[in-house]
Formats: sequence, structure tokens, C-alpha cells
Amino acid sequence: MIHVQEADFNLQTEYEALRKQSNGIGAICSFVGLMRDFNDGDNVAGMFLEHYPGMTEKALQKIADEAMQRWPLINYRIIHRVGPLQPNDQIVLVLVASAHRQAAFAACEFIMDFLKTRAPFWKKELTQQGEKWVDAKASDDDAAQRW
Amino acid sequence: MIQVLFFASLREKLNCAGMPLNIQSPCRARDVLQQLIRQHPEWENALNGPRLLVAINQEMSQPDDAVQDGDEVAFYPPVTGG
Repeated sequence: MIHVQEADFNLQTEYEALRKQSNGIGAICSFVGLMRDFNDGDNVAGMFLEHYPGMTEKALQKIADEAMQRWPLINYRIIHRVGPLQPNDQIVLVLVASAHRQAAFAACEFIMDFLKTRAPFWKKELTQQGEKWVDAKASDDDAAQRW
Repeated sequence: MIQVLFFASLREKLNCAGMPLNIQSPCRARDVLQQLIRQHPEWENALNGPRLLVAINQEMSQPDDAVQDGDEVAFYPPVTGG
């Protein structure tokens, strides 16, 4: 399941929905990305997350499909928020279920590394100096390259 | 006729979210950029950036990939989600 939405999400609710899908699940790995109140030395008061409606969902689906091919996964849930966000808000949720933990750990990290470099989302931060588009990080490219 | 879209900082630099574009097709994504610069010389700096990415019909693409009549061609800066 993939959702791109303005609304917040509840980790426990999503986890229970995934857990109850199959008795064969032996491991669920979860990742939640949050909004920080600092970035590159600036205090960040808020953020706006832009996306490319249609393509963003397709890009996430492609990443999830590839994870399903690479590891013996049972299912997954990916939720990414868009629109206005405040410090400490939840931004992204990735849940991966498999029979054993190794696949769940690896696939969860793979999905996040690819989401960071392939899925069309853009962050604009509100700092004391005004609005500022976040620059892409070379370290994110490096993280995706290792897969 | 194709549909061109711009996102994020690029959209703000151009002050344009997108436009229909008449272009002889098939062509390459890089030809779309050149045509845009011919029509809007003031966009040259923003559109010639080294890290501009392109998607054709909502699939990540390369500058030499083919563009057909009716395609949706999006240009955008490197992504920063997650």
C-alpha cells in the first residue's frame, strides 16, 4: 500500500493493519522520518513539501516493486506526507513485513534510500532568512548507489 | 504538441508551472529544453543547470530519451523527500 497525503499517520494503526494481513509474518521493520528544527546551521520554523501528483505515486510503486523482487517480502506500507509541516511532524513511514528479519531490515533501508533519490518530492524550508529550497545531498546518492 | 511541466525551485525561477509546447516530434528531451530556451531566452540560465532532471510521461528519463507527440515532459531539480 502506498499513500501520498497531507494528513498525519499513526504508526500503531498502520502496523496493526500490516501485521494482521498474514500469519506468515515473522518480522516487521518500520522507519519513520521526522521534520527537524535545524538544517545546515539554520533554524527551521516550518516546511512545505511539494510533489508531482501521479509520478510520485508511480515512482514509489516502482521502488516497492523492486524491493519485492529483491527480497522475500510479504507486504509493505509506504506513507509520505506533502504540504505544510512543522518541526517534529512525521514526514514518511515505511513498514516492511517478511518471514525473517534480514529481509525486512534490508528492504526498509533500500526503500528509504531509493525514495530519497528517485521519488519526486521537494522540501522548501522556512528559516529566519526566509524561504529556502533544500539542496539534494551527495550522501543520499551514495546511499542509493550501494544497492 | 506536448505538455511541459516545471517543479519546485525551477518553477519559481521561471515563474511558470507548465505550458503546452509545439515541437517537431519525435525528438529528444534535450531538444525540448532548447526549444524552450529559444522561446524564452530569459530562462536559459535556469534551464541549463547541470543538475536538472527530466521525466517523460512520469518516468525518470535521460536527456537523449525520445519524446513523442502528446507526451508529458517534466523538468525539475534533484529530489529531496523522505
